[in-house]
Amino acid sequence: MSGDFSENKVDVIVVGAGPAGVSAAITVARGGKKVVLVERGSFAGSKNMYGGVIYSHAAEEIFPNFQESAPIERFVGEHRYILMSEKDSTAISYKNFENKTNSFITIRANWDKWCVEEAVKEGVYYAPDTLVKELIVEKGKVIGIKTDIEDYFADIVILADGVNSLLAKQIGLREDIKPKNVALGVKEVIKLPQEVINQRFGLQSFDGLNHLGAAIELVGGPLEGMLALGFIYTNKDSVSVGIGVCLEDLKTKKIKPYELLEKLKKHPAISSLIEDGELLEYSAHLIPEGGYSCVPKLYTDGAMVVGDAAMLVNNVHFEGTNFAMLSGKFAGETALDALERNDFSSNTLCLYKKKLLNSFILKDLYTYKDVIKTLSSRTGSFLGYYPKKLNEFFSIFTCADGKPKQEKFRKFTLDFFRKRSLSELFKDAIAGIKIVFGILK
Amino acid sequence: MDNKQPEKIEDKLFKLKYKTDTVCHLLPESSKCLQCIDKTCTIICPANVYNYNEAEKKLTVSYEKCLECGACRLICKNIKWSYPKSGKGVHFKKG
Repeated sequence: MSGDFSENKVDVIVVGAGPAGVSAAITVARGGKKVVLVERGSFAGSKNMYGGVIYSHAAEEIFPNFQESAPIERFVGEHRYILMSEKDSTAISYKNFENKTNSFITIRANWDKWCVEEAVKEGVYYAPDTLVKELIVEKGKVIGIKTDIEDYFADIVILADGVNSLLAKQIGLREDIKPKNVALGVKEVIKLPQEVINQRFGLQSFDGLNHLGAAIELVGGPLEGMLALGFIYTNKDSVSVGIGVCLEDLKTKKIKPYELLEKLKKHPAISSLIEDGELLEYSAHLIPEGGYSCVPKLYTDGAMVVGDAAMLVNNVHFEGTNFAMLSGKFAGETALDALERNDFSSNTLCLYKKKLLNSFILKDLYTYKDVIKTLSSRTGSFLGYYPKKLNEFFSIFTCADGKPKQEKFRKFTLDFFRKRSLSELFKDAIAGIKIVFGILK
Repeated sequence: MDNKQPEKIEDKLFKLKYKTDTVCHLLPESSKCLQCIDKTCTIICPANVYNYNEAEKKLTVSYEKCLECGACRLICKNIKWSYPKSGKGVHFKKG
């Protein structure tokens, strides 16, 4: 471009100050280039919501000393899985006693704000209260952004504008997500005294001062038969309870998301954990869950798309924030490379995709490409019938009532096959094999 | 549960901090709403923004309650959807 826009022209513009955007911006700033990070909210994090944890490996990549000053609520010391039926529940808990915790729970509004403050310290120009209405494209190349107030120009624009990414859609990098490929997350943050949380969740201290946290996933119960999971995360003096439910399932079953969450909160396995707590905040957000087959075109002349905007989420493992931060870093590195070469076309920006392909991000998404598809075709089984049967088994196993056990187990086994046709069992078995084989092959 | 954990969606939303935009950023095509049978927007919206008034045959849009999630725009192609203006709309303090 000519020098006409020199006042409003920088090397890189990053749209969206979430984990992906801030990682991209700080990477560019560290390379000594001029970068502006724009955010439509009044503060970073104000439009964001998530289901719980940031992964230490990703946080360290961007902020090597984050543990010294970042607003961490609790390091995760326990992963618990609760399989529910209407009247009972079975839980599996994993704890590592060597304190090799690899993730931590944080409040997004605090974490995102902290990240941006760090980025500003390292030279990122930060512009909150700035909505990008559209991208400016000239001769097929993205050359800038149009905001409410004025136009800004850059050699490269990095799109970190989240799951809805209207900007990536504008330039044809992606289409709208289909309702079956997206989950609606609704969540409540409920205030409880720290000691009560430690007690109710059985959380231990690792240094005599700070207590570890629990990341809990909830299957079945009120969520039965839908592609839906519940979650609980223990903050320091509050607890986050929420669900992620397939948008298509809400539509076909005509269920209101907040009513579903209300039902989950009333389940006896959950209600005792949150009783007497006070609602601090209710929130909602979409989660891109289409996986590998829904990853859009990741770059074009003058632009790259990162994080949720690029649908980089592994929903089986609740991983998204780490994908966001590392994809942001890769895009930032690619931008530096392009600035070095003075070539902002796809020829250089394709390096971003190569970096993603060589990393765990696209490798994992590829590994899991069929898992969700297979699972969603059998939700009634894997997220309904089997969790229920598991509870039934334990209710018999743990029951002493003066009646002989053999009869009960025989009835359980006969029912197991009687209430489920052979063809259904066969389909479940095939689906199970498909999932395991799909991951290992 | 007691009123510390309100059950009604309106009471849940009451806890949130909004900077209300002066114009509505959610624009359903009202002629198409009349023909729409399912009115899925009234079900899936996590903030109960959309309500259909049978008597008046009109869809009301309480855009000031919107959480900007985008669920309605994915479920219905007849809603012209944009973000609220710079700095407007919901501001989560926890997230």
